[in-house]
Amino acid sequence: MIPLHWFLIVAAALFCIGLYGVLSRRNAVGILMGIELMLNAVNVNLVAFWRYLDPLESLGQVFVLFVLAVAAAEAAVGLALIIAIYRNRDTIIVEDIDLMKW
Amino acid sequence: MVLQAVFMLFSAMAVGAALAVVTNKNIFHSALFLVVALLGVAGLYVLLEAPFIAVVQVLIYVGAISTLILFAIMLTRRLMDASERQRNEQWFISAIVAVGLFIVLVLSVGQVHWPVVHTDVPENHLNRLGQDLMEHYVLPFEVTAVLLLAALVGAIVIARERTR
Repeated sequence: MIPLHWFLIVAAALFCIGLYGVLSRRNAVGILMGIELMLNAVNVNLVAFWRYLDPLESLGQVFVLFVLAVAAAEAAVGLALIIAIYRNRDTIIVEDIDLMKW
Repeated sequence: MVLQAVFMLFSAMAVGAALAVVTNKNIFHSALFLVVALLGVAGLYVLLEAPFIAVVQVLIYVGAISTLILFAIMLTRRLMDASERQRNEQWFISAIVAVGLFIVLVLSVGQVHWPVVHTDVPENHLNRLGQDLMEHYVLPFEVTAVLLLAALVGAIVIARERTR
């Protein structure tokens, strides 16, 4: 059987790569893609913990389903916001969207 | 041994494609690499004996969310072609933070002793999952339904063209 550590390390790698994407991208869509990677890393962790620590209950998988639903909602609203900003300001480079920055 | 090899394959697919997602100059190619990364994660779910989650991952992430992202890129593409600079000035600090966090996570994962139980997943686990969703977790389930409806309405209202 595959050790639990391996899954946790892969999830940690995915999370850190997503974090780097969120912090370093200038394009708002790129930032959203980084967030999706981070949410996926969390889901891998949850399923791995369910499988190795508590396979008789279904709590781990239920949590993953809720995270998936929230991620879908987040992606839909986030991309709608990006399209609205692009229509008004003609840019989706986050450094140029500084209306509320003093 | 076969399992370990398959695990290596899927995790290399996920991590490699994720690296391509955050470093690729062309944002459209990044979105396509995101699809590969999400498929790799779906493979990891299969290895973890959670086939339902794997199918849901393919349906929602690969099917819906990446299509949405590709649409958003195509609608905003004019300004973001490959010649545009894609990294901001703080990318080097970000890389240090990400690598540092990864080292901390790997070290702490190695130190914890996880109480692993060696039982198989029950045969009718999917039935159990459905029943639990409708009994124990029915309130969060319904709240999620309301959240999805609110997100749907909100996305339409925000992205719609204002006509006077």
